Amino acid sequence: MNVQTDKVKSFINKYNCKQSALIAILQEIQAEYNYLPKNALIYVSQQLHIPLIDIIGVATFYSAFSLEPKGEHTVKVCMGTACHVRGGPKILEEFERRLEIESGHTTDDKQFSLDTVACLECCAIGPVVVVDENYHAQTSIRNVDTILKKYRKKEKKNEEHQ
Amino acid sequence: MINLKLNKLDVKAEQGWTILETAKYYGLEIPTLCYNEGLSTYGGCRLCLVEIGEGENTKLVSSCTYPVEEGLVVHTDTKRVLNARKMMIELMLSVAPNSKTIQDLASKFGVTQMRFEARNEECILCGLCVRMCAEQMDGKAIGFQNRGHKRKISTPFDVRSEECRLCGGCMYICPACQLRCHGPDPDSDVCNACLTMDPTCVDVYDELQCWMYDAGRCGTCVREEEPNKKDIQNADKK
Ligand code: FES
Ligand code: FES
Repeated sequence: MNVQTDKVKSFINKYNCKQSALIAILQEIQAEYNYLPKNALIYVSQQLHIPLIDIIGVATFYSAFSLEPKGEHTVKVCMGTACHVRGGPKILEEFERRLEIESGHTTDDKQFSLDTVACLECCAIGPVVVVDENYHAQTSIRNVDTILKKYRKKEKKNEEHQ
Repeated sequence: MINLKLNKLDVKAEQGWTILETAKYYGLEIPTLCYNEGLSTYGGCRLCLVEIGEGENTKLVSSCTYPVEEGLVVHTDTKRVLNARKMMIELMLSVAPNSKTIQDLASKFGVTQMRFEARNEECILCGLCVRMCAEQMDGKAIGFQNRGHKRKISTPFDVRSEECRLCGGCMYICPACQLRCHGPDPDSDVCNACLTMDPTCVDVYDELQCWMYDAGRCGTCVREEEPNKKDIQNADKK
């Protein structure tokens, strides 16, 4: 993916080139490209006069940022204590098997990224799976396929509309 | 001037000193690993733990980062401190059993067993190299990345950084880079070769390693001879 410098520049200008706005700027870049491209980070480092290594430190610290391109949909499987005892790991395994990727990675067709989270603060409805912003309560291995299909289908429908 | 109690001694410290600096000033040794005089403090290795407070409300703090305060009561060698310190060494040993510095620490503080699985990593995340690069070499080529069990020290994108001038400062200061010596059993996790040598080459003065050998254990060097013994000897002579 080619990174347009003016776009990154506009994000930086939006925050008046302030060092303290680093996270906000990174969030904008993440939203725009679905990941943090290398060139963009280098550019931000030059513009804000923050050492590149510090930016990388921030970017790798928060799971909201990714240095790898993310998929269209992000699947987050809860691995918090409550969901863990109710079978979270098995559901994750099922996702890994169906998507043929390990957690933390993205499918080759860039449709799905798989991640784990530690408690989404709705333990009562666990095990919880969140796709994009949508919560799926009390999931089981059997639901995994339906969930994936739902989002795959959406894609197709959109294509038909166009 | 701030007044505090250090191992039951009344001592004075200057505003802004840490407990470690105060102890050093008074000649008390506190072991450290991630502390270096020329660098900022980090408090990552927890080797410099001391116990503060009195009575039931004592707690362990890292002396290299804890600033002195008026009326503070500090103990540097309580049982709790010694045990915690041993544990820290044991844990670090399990991460990097190939490091000479950590093996030496283990010998010095009598860590003779390791109850954890050896992970054989090359880094204990003490952050000395990161601070060395940024503060002394003005480099900022390496830094911490990720978090939790994935935390590591590396350059941006794991390739050679343009900031790096190959000064070698990071390797110079690294406590894990120097490999352990070939002791009698180089494959074991705990070397302890220095400890078992006779006389030992580590400066430990516990009762077993009194430089007077067995003479010191009984306290002869500090206690006066009991008076009645003399009387009995004298009586015998008579
Ligand atoms: S453990 Fe999953 S929501 Fe709390
Ligand atoms: S020397 Fe104080 S924590 Fe490492």
